[in-house]
Amino acid sequence: MKVHEYQAKEILKKFGVAVPPGKAAFSVEEAVSAAYGIGGSGWVVKAQIHAGGRGKGGGVRVAKTLEEVRHIASQMLGMKLVTHQTGPEGKIVKRLLVEQVVAIARELYVGVTLDRASSRNVVMASTEGGVEIEKVAAETPGKILREPVERTAGFHAFQARTLAFALGLSGDALKNCVKFLSALTTAYEAMDCSLAEINPLVITKDGAVLALDAKINFDDNALERHPELNLLRDLGEEDPLEVEASKSNLNYIKLEGNVGCMVNGAGLAMGTMDIIKLAGGEPANFLDVGGGASAETVESGFKIILADPHVKAVLINIFGGIVRCDRVATGVVEAARKVKVEVPIVVRLAGTNAEIAQDILKNSGLNFLVAGSLKEAAARVTQAIREPVGA
Amino acid sequence: MSILVGKSTRLVVQGVTGGEGTFHTKQMLDYGTNVVAGVTPGKGGTDYAGNEKDKFKRDVPVFNTVADAVRKTQANASVIFVPALFAADAILEAGSAGIGLIVCITEGVPTRDMLRVYDFVRSKEIRLIGPNCPGIISPGLCKVGIMPGFIHRKGRVGVISRSGTLTYEAVWQLTERGIGQSTCIGIGGDPVIGTQFIDALELFNQDPGTDAVIMIGEIGGTSEEEAAAFIKKNVRKPVVGFIAGRTAPPGRRMGHAGAIIAGGKGTAQEKMAAMRAAGIHVVESPAMIGETMEKVLRRKGLIRSLPARKKPAPARKKAAPLRRKGARSRKKR
Repeated sequence: MKVHEYQAKEILKKFGVAVPPGKAAFSVEEAVSAAYGIGGSGWVVKAQIHAGGRGKGGGVRVAKTLEEVRHIASQMLGMKLVTHQTGPEGKIVKRLLVEQVVAIARELYVGVTLDRASSRNVVMASTEGGVEIEKVAAETPGKILREPVERTAGFHAFQARTLAFALGLSGDALKNCVKFLSALTTAYEAMDCSLAEINPLVITKDGAVLALDAKINFDDNALERHPELNLLRDLGEEDPLEVEASKSNLNYIKLEGNVGCMVNGAGLAMGTMDIIKLAGGEPANFLDVGGGASAETVESGFKIILADPHVKAVLINIFGGIVRCDRVATGVVEAARKVKVEVPIVVRLAGTNAEIAQDILKNSGLNFLVAGSLKEAAARVTQAIREPVGA
Repeated sequence: MSILVGKSTRLVVQGVTGGEGTFHTKQMLDYGTNVVAGVTPGKGGTDYAGNEKDKFKRDVPVFNTVADAVRKTQANASVIFVPALFAADAILEAGSAGIGLIVCITEGVPTRDMLRVYDFVRSKEIRLIGPNCPGIISPGLCKVGIMPGFIHRKGRVGVISRSGTLTYEAVWQLTERGIGQSTCIGIGGDPVIGTQFIDALELFNQDPGTDAVIMIGEIGGTSEEEAAAFIKKNVRKPVVGFIAGRTAPPGRRMGHAGAIIAGGKGTAQEKMAAMRAAGIHVVESPAMIGETMEKVLRRKGLIRSLPARKKPAPARKKAAPLRRKGARSRKKR
């Protein structure tokens, strides 16, 4: 799960991570009163969307007077912000963060995430702050310093010092950085994060160390332990079809292609998407219906897939292990009758009672393209894309 | 022959009286797995024979703790069906009771919990499989997990996979061709897991009952690349590989917590390239796994009962070094 920058900063602050004085605003008036309340001689108005690269798209602007805050906030709220992470359709700005301007001396990078290769969390730091860290990692990996969070021993002050010295810090900045890194790592672990990234981390002219930006992702598997995070979920940032799917316990991700698919199991779902691509189509979605593919799940799956106007064909691929294929077939027939599907549907059911299932589909009077093997399913998909509807 | 589970496996089911636990205990008993005990705290001292829906073919004694189960029944392996937030506790309990093989089926275990049990498991030399996995099966001998038993066939191909149903797909393609499996392991789709590809490959490499291996990976992480390097260095048995998710977009979690392309790393293309460079027979489509394994086995003379198909000269040339070493491993037997 992702949260907005202002929410991330509120969480981090509770763990002693230093952030600039700031306040969230949902209207122009709120933005002005936030700036007035924070005080200081200048403010930064930041668009709050779940995507990076906001600065370049005009989503981060500096105001010197309250009037400028008003002007910028009125322009920013409701604007369509396009960044390299939002895609060309962009995102509508509905929330702002107003922060005091800080006197930046240096911009650095720090982050905590899981290092899967060593099955440990790792604290990363770099002098290359404010730029895309993926780029730094790819082009100059030596510029990213790493200290492991030991699984049982944890992350210790000497490791924070090692990183702070390596970043070239001294005096107050060094002390503050050590404190910052320890607090950030504590927050990451306590809140079951999968990523806590501060880019840039700024050193101010008077030696303060502050999170100028903050990005936190949470481990979805641990959300049950942090019920307070539920309130931070911004459904406006999520694809409406994905929100709908999650209500029916379906794991759905919308993609750009023309062939919808419905599969049981995440690995087989990805494999099925690969097959669609090899067959000459582009997957329109990822959809894992999970272990029990009942008539209800198939029906909601159909509805969600077909709500996407780009879908020209659907491939259903169920490997019936514990789930019986004949039951799935009955579900598919029932659902197809109810939902009124107007695109070709390729159905491939294998495993338990697969033959009975194929008969059910063939005798349904509906126009299914039935396949036995995966290979056959691929061929049927190619056929379905080429031939017009109802052929 | 097989690895990790077989006729000497004495299984305790943690969470035996729950819905999932009951259903799959019945399936495992029906398959012939020696389920010696179940554990449900508070229900110790009773015998459990399933519920109305899933009746066991015989009673399974239930204990309050895994330690009790081990003491009374000499259980040596456990399978875990407890809810996600209790899975780490169940793993620690089994390990503390002296269980050597722990298979955690539970899906949705927080990463922090897995990091917490990781060192404990390693320090005690416990073999943990999973979490979030279908389990492990040695066809005809023993099934510890939730995979459908009937799709398997006893034989000499090992299967390792990060996914569930995709593994069933691959196994089914083999079985339909008459190619049996020695052992099939689902290692799980989470970012932190007990048994990695390399661990399983090492066991298959040493197993005289395994001639060849199928390795099914997916996007995210670098464990396939590490496995490829290990294979290049150590494994002389032929390996057929597939990576799911070449069409997956970066930054999106594809169902499994571990299946995510982060920071541009962990793409299917990178993994396939690393595997090809290690001499693995990588297939582009999951529909080709069984067919490719059959070809490889024929080329190496490991399917002898059926007449060999045509042998294209260039392919033969390429396979020559593997062939020699394959022949040596056969002699050992």
